[in-house]
Amino acid sequence: MSQPSFVPKTVYVTYIASTPVKVWAALTNPEFTRQYFFGCSVELEPKVGGAFVLRMPDGAVNAQGRVMAWDPPRKLSVTWRVELSEEMRKLPECLVTYEVEALDGAVRLTMTEAHQWEVPDAILSGGRMGWPAILSSLKSLLETGKPLVVRLEPPKEMLEAVRRVTATG
Amino acid sequence: MSSELEFVYVTYIATTPEKLWQALTDGAFTSQYWFGTRIESDWRVGSRVSFWRDGALSDSGEVLEYTPPRRLSYTWHVEFHEEFRREKPSRVTFELEPTADAVKLTIVHDQFEPGSKVFAAINGGWPKVLASLKSFLETGRGLAVAGCEAAKPAQEQAIAEAQRGAASAKARR
Repeated sequence: MSQPSFVPKTVYVTYIASTPVKVWAALTNPEFTRQYFFGCSVELEPKVGGAFVLRMPDGAVNAQGRVMAWDPPRKLSVTWRVELSEEMRKLPECLVTYEVEALDGAVRLTMTEAHQWEVPDAILSGGRMGWPAILSSLKSLLETGKPLVVRLEPPKEMLEAVRRVTATG
Repeated sequence: MSSELEFVYVTYIATTPEKLWQALTDGAFTSQYWFGTRIESDWRVGSRVSFWRDGALSDSGEVLEYTPPRRLSYTWHVEFHEEFRREKPSRVTFELEPTADAVKLTIVHDQFEPGSKVFAAINGGWPKVLASLKSFLETGRGLAVAGCEAAKPAQEQAIAEAQRGAASAKARR
């Protein structure tokens, strides 16, 4: 079976005054993700090949996929298909990877969003708006006990691009 | 001649634009989160900006824009390392936007020489400095991670590619 090849397109690095175990819990535990991921709960089967679901507060599926790497508390990788609309469901799934590294005095968290097709920048703009807000809030939650409340405008540019791509494809 | 190389980073900080502005422009503050770096300038457009670390000049520049508490821009010339010192100055711009209960801080570092070695170094450096800045404003303490090591080559390349993408997406808006 040939694996599709995923190319990193968006990388976000941050440093958190915490431990790898706590950062791992914040990434994989729905009690935590609900607080910083726009209210979404993560559901993970803790093994390679297991199911991954990101569920919205109303129970609808925001995104889902498969666990591709499960190496607590260092590396989590999941395929990620956005299920927010019929059109988005048609896009090739991407691969989201979190890497957690202990350094002296802080934990380095690297989020990489990788794609297996020539994804237009307009579609990438959705993640490039969202990830900094999500991961800033995660850092605040771990360091201060309080997440941030960041409200983002709907990613119009991305939604239009998704419409264009899926209409012709 | 400058290249397409561009570093863009966004973070959200639970603070006010005024406090964030002070943290970016006052040496007494920068030395608490910027790994001991003290920034110094009278902040008039055209004035010199100096970055002091361990008693030595680490970087220098010139004030391009000073519009508190919204927009700050200066040129950036690395002084502490000979290989970097040969390069022409690049440009750093900070933009502060208040949101519901946080400030959105966008930093753009651009106008690098083609093949710039400084670009590779700042890709590793800025996320650390900005994470420490966020910790400092939210908890009163900067991070204790070591200073300005460069990003891993694979990460650096991915960031560069991602940032170029972000830059062209931005240019079209």
